[in-house]
Amino acid sequence: MSAVLGDELKNAILNDATKKVIVDPLVNNNPITLQVLGICSALAVTSQMSTSLIMALALTLVTAFSSAAISAIRKHIPGSIRIIVQMTIIASLVIVVDQILKAVAYDVSKQLSVFVGLIITNCIVMGRAEGYAMQNPPLESFMDGIGNGAGYSLILIIVAFFRETLGSGKLLGYEVFKLTKDGGWYDPNGLMLLPPSAFFIIGMIIWAVRQWKPEQNEAVDFKIMAISHGEGAQH
Amino acid sequence: MEGYISLFVKAVFIENLALSFFLGMCTFIAVSKKISTAMGLGVAVMVVQAITVPANNFVYHALLKEDALSWMGITGVDLSFLALLSCIGIIGALVQILEMVLDKFFPALYFALGIFLPLITVNCAILGGSLFMIERDYNFGESVVYGVGSGFGWALAITVMAGVREKLKYSDIPAGLQGLGITFITAGLMSLGFMAFSGIQL
Repeated sequence: MSAVLGDELKNAILNDATKKVIVDPLVNNNPITLQVLGICSALAVTSQMSTSLIMALALTLVTAFSSAAISAIRKHIPGSIRIIVQMTIIASLVIVVDQILKAVAYDVSKQLSVFVGLIITNCIVMGRAEGYAMQNPPLESFMDGIGNGAGYSLILIIVAFFRETLGSGKLLGYEVFKLTKDGGWYDPNGLMLLPPSAFFIIGMIIWAVRQWKPEQNEAVDFKIMAISHGEGAQH
Repeated sequence: MEGYISLFVKAVFIENLALSFFLGMCTFIAVSKKISTAMGLGVAVMVVQAITVPANNFVYHALLKEDALSWMGITGVDLSFLALLSCIGIIGALVQILEMVLDKFFPALYFALGIFLPLITVNCAILGGSLFMIERDYNFGESVVYGVGSGFGWALAITVMAGVREKLKYSDIPAGLQGLGITFITAGLMSLGFMAFSGIQL
């Protein structure tokens, strides 16, 4: 019995549809660069790699488990109060994450300050609950949560990589570039530790992704005409 | 009084929710294409912030804080871990009530702000304001000032952003940077501008 169940589970995890659900949000349908969701925390916690990794992990777990839970009771939730039900489930999961962080990694939880709590209003979690989990069975919703969490984590890790290495010459606290003040050659770029750099890096990532996949470009709302030099010959 | 004024200035400029804490970014980017809609959303955020931060402050101090239940004769109870759940519940309920009140008594205002109100429940700026209030341990008076100030700062930021974007659509931007990309970079430049205030000592 358990072997059959194990096989079924394996099939469900390894089949193409599930793979697509997980891989798609990484680049083709990335929650941050294309769906414009969950940017708030993506920018705020990325000045260090360690905080971003913990944030990414926390968000992925919350998205996956909330999607699974909401999907499991989706047929019993009355339509008019579904938002509040989803909110309650998400908030309870975030409280669990918050308490675990406070117990296990108190320093990191102090650095993340309010941003762990803000996972509740992170649009990725709500967006997946409302957009995917309400129509699909629990296991697929769980995978969808993992996939979107991974897409978010990917951007977070890229941004944190640039901000920490260029801003303080370190990665995860280990020295990468030797700083001038310790007798090395690298003069740290202080801007990278300040909030605006996160905006610039995400803007650049979006540009790079859209150069690579031009179908993600947005339609222009004002077409610029070339100036014809034939007319107005007076100058 | 002086303390309140400096708290207000700090909440509006130095610790601007949108540009130095990146809160409410999703709506900040999505709804800043036109000045008029941006301003509508900004006013709605300010109103909701001014109501929810003091309300959360009251509930936190009366029910959740360590030993807060001593007025009922219960001591040694610390419910502060429930703050997240109570904050979001109060915000959701208050926004719903505000919507109904506006609909009933101020229909004109309801038509101007109504479409934004449901969006606001899931706006991180609102929850963030309440969580900052708890983290920094503001008293009731300070929480009123902080609520109004941070809401005003957010409204200011999104209106300025919309002004820039309205002009920006006539510029020749590389195809991949069009739309979202250039908006991020503009927000970064604005955030640099707001950082100039951070040298002010209050």
